[in-house]
Amino acid sequence: MSALGGVQSLGARSIAFVRDLGRFSVFSLRLGNAARRPPYRWRRLVREIYDTGVLSLVIVCISGLAVGMVLGLQGHNTLARFGATGSLGAVVGLSLIRELGPVLTSLLVAGRAGSAMAAEIASMVVTEQLDGLRMMSVDPLDFVVAPKAQAMLISMPLLSTLFVLFGIFGGYVVGVVVLGGDPGSYMSTLTDAVVFRDDVLGGFLKAGVFGLLVGLVATYRGYTALPTSTGVSAAATSTVVIASVATLIVDYFITALWGY
Amino acid sequence: MDAAPALAKPIEVEAQGLHYARGGRVIMHDLSCRFPAGRISVVVGASGCGKTTLLRMIACLNRPHAGRILIDGTEDVAHLSDGEVHAFRRRVGMLFQGGALLDSMTVFDNVALPLREHSGFPESRIRDEVHRVFEAVGLANVDELLPGQLSGGMVKRAGLARALVERPDLLLCDEPFSGLDPPTIRRIEELLLFVNQNLGGTMIITSHHNETTMRIADHVVMMVDRAAVSGRPRELLAGGDARVAEFFADVADSVPGAAP
Repeated sequence: MSALGGVQSLGARSIAFVRDLGRFSVFSLRLGNAARRPPYRWRRLVREIYDTGVLSLVIVCISGLAVGMVLGLQGHNTLARFGATGSLGAVVGLSLIRELGPVLTSLLVAGRAGSAMAAEIASMVVTEQLDGLRMMSVDPLDFVVAPKAQAMLISMPLLSTLFVLFGIFGGYVVGVVVLGGDPGSYMSTLTDAVVFRDDVLGGFLKAGVFGLLVGLVATYRGYTALPTSTGVSAAATSTVVIASVATLIVDYFITALWGY
Repeated sequence: MDAAPALAKPIEVEAQGLHYARGGRVIMHDLSCRFPAGRISVVVGASGCGKTTLLRMIACLNRPHAGRILIDGTEDVAHLSDGEVHAFRRRVGMLFQGGALLDSMTVFDNVALPLREHSGFPESRIRDEVHRVFEAVGLANVDELLPGQLSGGMVKRAGLARALVERPDLLLCDEPFSGLDPPTIRRIEELLLFVNQNLGGTMIITSHHNETTMRIADHVVMMVDRAAVSGRPRELLAGGDARVAEFFADVADSVPGAAP
């Protein structure tokens, strides 16, 4: 490819990106408007919370436990060099509450529930189910999309909390039960180090923002999918990629702005 | 099929000078045709000629790039605002090619959906209305089934039931015979004739089954060379247009007075 061709390609991609960003913004505003207006579809919301939250419980809990155990092991070995194994609870707790809990939960949920959400909406595009709703004068954004995005927003902080709790338990199992650390020190350094506003509330806020982000990305990619089978798979794949990368980028900015 | 609900007043649809292009390909150019009130009009033409697009334009699911679609000679539905589109669609029922039933809801809930959204009827009245339309389309014991548990013919019937439940003035059917075996095609044919004769609305059907077209059509619109020719079936075949004669060559002998 010539240099000119490369520049043209870069320009075209940049324009497409900005255009997509604009469409995403308009979609988000329309979705927010649809979610704000009655009728409020509580039954659909509960069902979506089940699909997004309850069905993600096992993967989130197991992952949280595993990450906590790894943190316990690594933390114990590192702290032992400085004779500070008593601080393991603080290390495990702060790592999980501030960063790993919200971020890893978001990545896990984007992979499991986000991709499924995008694929479901995209397949509804392919099979004209959304057009069927439009023909009944029912707004698909209000009926189908908004409950899914809201469910993601609600589920993510709760799942993140579970991830953190299981992680702390995993750290305890390895640091105290397996490696023989002091249980009192583990819990006291944990409770002393964690500040409710900065750590717990900050982690909860992060998880909420990630939930909103993953929900919007998943529903947007599904809603705007091409009406083909490859369109469905592309929607699912791009949801995982975009939501994961966006989670990591937004995490930095929240961390910086929240004043850690 | 005695318990059929009565339709409201049938409406006339007239397309004037429609132009539509997709992906750089012109699909319609200065296309004009008329669909008489209270009649069964069948839109025919080669695959990809724009039959479904025309139907979707009448349903306001696609907008023409130029031209008008008049309802009863006055209202131009090609240029309605979003609010006006909602109001217009309350007068239109549409049977999609694949049924477009919401696959997460039971057949009963699918058909009840437009009534629950718009009518304000109590649940007992909705149940009666849905069962009445089920009876009209020949469906029984399907209330608790999911669309995925239905046969192809039953999906079409359920889709038709949903399209009819609000007693539309205009019924649009996109390829209602596609993917069905010959006996089922005959049953759907009889059903559409019954609906037209007993419920009295205007019906526009897209089809590539020439035999069926000749059996049920009061009026045929043939899309050819990005425009349309139309008329009563016998008149159209006897009109001497070589393109029409070639398209209907397989059925010309079965239409009295149509063979050259």
